[in-house]
Amino acid sequence: LSATPEIPKEDGRPKWDNKFQYILSCIGFAVGLGNVWRFPYLCQTHGGGAFLIPYFIALLFEGIPLLHLELALGQCLRKGSIGAWNTISPYLGGVGVGSWVVSVLVSLYYNTVLTWVMWYFINSFQEPLPWSVCPLNENRTGFNEECYESTAVNYFWYRKTLNITPDIAESGTLQWWLILCLAACWAIVYLCTIRGIETTGKAIYVTAIFPYLVLTIFLVQGLTLPGAIDGLIYLFTPNLNTLKNPRVWLDAATQIFFSLSLAFGGLIAFASYNPTKNDCEKDAVTVAIVNSMTSLYASIPVFSVLGFKATTAYWDCLDRNIISIINKFDLPEESIMRQNYTSWISFLNSSYPEKIAGLKLKSCNLQEFLDQSVSGTGLAFIVFTQAIILMPGSQAWAILFFIMLFSLGLSSMFGNIEGVFTPLLELQIIPKSAPKELLSGIICLISFLIALCFTLGSGSYWIDIFDRYAGSVPLLVIAFFEVIGVAYVYKIKRFSKDVEWMTGRKLNLYWHITWRFISPLLLLTVFMAFVTLQMQKPPSYTAWNPKYEGFPMKEEKVYPPWVQAICVLLAALPCVCVPLVALFHLVKQKGRSKDPSFVPPEVFPCQGANS
Amino acid sequence: MLRALLLALSVVAIAHAELCKPDAQNAFKVRISIKTALGDNAYAWDANEEYLFKAMVAFAMRRYSSRSTTQISNVLLCNVTDRVSFWFVVTDSSKNVTTVPGSEVEAAIRMNRNRINSAFLLSDKTLQFLKITSTLSPPVEPSTPVWLIVFGVVLCLIVAGIVFLIVSGIQKHKKKNKESTERENLEEKVEVTLENGIPCEALDLKAGHINGVFAADDERFTSL
Repeated sequence: LSATPEIPKEDGRPKWDNKFQYILSCIGFAVGLGNVWRFPYLCQTHGGGAFLIPYFIALLFEGIPLLHLELALGQCLRKGSIGAWNTISPYLGGVGVGSWVVSVLVSLYYNTVLTWVMWYFINSFQEPLPWSVCPLNENRTGFNEECYESTAVNYFWYRKTLNITPDIAESGTLQWWLILCLAACWAIVYLCTIRGIETTGKAIYVTAIFPYLVLTIFLVQGLTLPGAIDGLIYLFTPNLNTLKNPRVWLDAATQIFFSLSLAFGGLIAFASYNPTKNDCEKDAVTVAIVNSMTSLYASIPVFSVLGFKATTAYWDCLDRNIISIINKFDLPEESIMRQNYTSWISFLNSSYPEKIAGLKLKSCNLQEFLDQSVSGTGLAFIVFTQAIILMPGSQAWAILFFIMLFSLGLSSMFGNIEGVFTPLLELQIIPKSAPKELLSGIICLISFLIALCFTLGSGSYWIDIFDRYAGSVPLLVIAFFEVIGVAYVYKIKRFSKDVEWMTGRKLNLYWHITWRFISPLLLLTVFMAFVTLQMQKPPSYTAWNPKYEGFPMKEEKVYPPWVQAICVLLAALPCVCVPLVALFHLVKQKGRSKDPSFVPPEVFPCQGANS
Repeated sequence: MLRALLLALSVVAIAHAELCKPDAQNAFKVRISIKTALGDNAYAWDANEEYLFKAMVAFAMRRYSSRSTTQISNVLLCNVTDRVSFWFVVTDSSKNVTTVPGSEVEAAIRMNRNRINSAFLLSDKTLQFLKITSTLSPPVEPSTPVWLIVFGVVLCLIVAGIVFLIVSGIQKHKKKNKESTERENLEEKVEVTLENGIPCEALDLKAGHINGVFAADDERFTSL
């Protein structure tokens, strides 16, 4: 009877408007701030073009298999991380809980980084840019001392933005301007994730595509800047000797892993909204390749700008020396130019060596300036902002740059929030009659209140801790259990049948080998190496202390014991979920005195629909 | 007569040489960077420019209270180099062969720095009086910081978006509720008819028992 409306095959689960939205969301989640400010740094410090070798090996044997695993899992089981792992085996439910905890921890601090980006964005509308000039001191005879001794850019970042305390134990006060920006950021996240993928699916069109536009604009601009080519040559010159250092391989493996945002549960959540008959294999390969290409593409403008900055600093150094010489010897202006500087210096040194020595000229070396590489927040908020001041039309470049960073971070936040939101929705924390908007509102409000800690004076030290401990080791552990769980608990034979049903073709031998042997082994090795390297020296941090003798160098300090305890807690909390939940179920089963079987003989949706 | 004049001139010249020399008391070194300031429009530093300089210094001294009788001839320049840099001192017009104290000269120049700079189309950085520091001008700050305005705009947009989405969500929810209650009512009506077994007004008596829910497509039912 055609009069009755067609009953949808799905269980009322929301779905993507189209395949492109889903792919774009996965790409947006994977492509984040790390692609812009971590990959170029790694490339440059680990032998330039030679770094691509361990990077692509890690991509092939670790990145793509794990990505495919997560997408296939989510698509097949059509549940978020907690539900999916509970379905596979109640003993493995802890893996899902661990993913969920990591997503919560990372969402908290990731949005605070976006707060900093927003603060810089709203300050970019001023002329001149506030980080280009030092403020005057009280009696207006000179510049503010802290600013004068370091640079205006450093001063704006450490004092005007963070108002940083010299030690992590000193919490300082809440910075009201950061609280305002934090509220705005969480409001934006709420606006975009208010109804789950219904709203993020629309927002992702902007936040995922816009960064590519800006990167292209920066690419074109960057290549026209003087000194850009030096920067690029420096970046890509391969130095194959660095491959002998195991640190390089470790960095490549961890970079691929964190860059693809694996083990957060967000990818499982995204894939669970797919129709089951979808080619997850092609999706996984597409997302991984796009992510790596984006990293490479982003490093070109970044290094053009860095080369430009190094060249400008080098020219400044030369010019300052030239002025001192001209003033000392009362030579006419423009008699010494940058080109004939070296010949003049050698002539003057031979004729008047004492006078030249008295001038205390700095040695200007372009290589030295190129070597000053930074990654992370230092790259964006100190080095890049300094380079932007030197470009003509700096307001426009600053605005573009910070909107790009914001979009990159926001699309990754969508994945993080989805990793928190979807399992909570399935666990039915709030009654079914209550609207989804309420749950997302509660999540954003609670996160905002907790993240207020990061707006304290010592906030950025805490963010470093969260980044180093909550966003690194637990992910490796969870990913390891994911692969083991699917390969040996759920059994590869069953999984390959599911995937074959979903994709419509037989599973390649490559997946069999990587899922069964290579990926778990690689993950274990990376985990051991990572932990060993961390344990080698006591965990320390660098503090910005104006009263330090070596100021403006940062002071190296060791974490106090209570902070070290928190570090361990952060790293251990998600990992410990895995055995805890397994133990809980074991005790429950023993209590019921039933025969404990690892895999309940359920029929999974993707197999059941095959009949 | 002529001999006396020559003697007087030589005395004056020697006195001037004594008064104006590098690192003399109350002497100041001036450094000018014309090419840096003006680039292609740079003028050459010659005797005329020196005369202008002397005039500006005399002007500054005159404006400064107690030295209203200073003449251009009271300003002495010496040791002009190619850089362009030179030393100058201001002699006292009332007393002979003495120089005006450096503090007065410094105060006078500082008071009129702007006028002196603009006479030469230069700035504080390109026309340097080496011992005289310039007071830095405070940066221009608008009454409300610009970032607060931008922040306000951004926040208004976000709040507007959230309110819009929530309101549209509530409307959709209400519409869905209305639809589901309508469907419930329809089902109830059908139940009532079925439970009674007696055809109600809603049914078509002529064609037998027709279930109201499926009666949408009349053509599908063959007439009895």
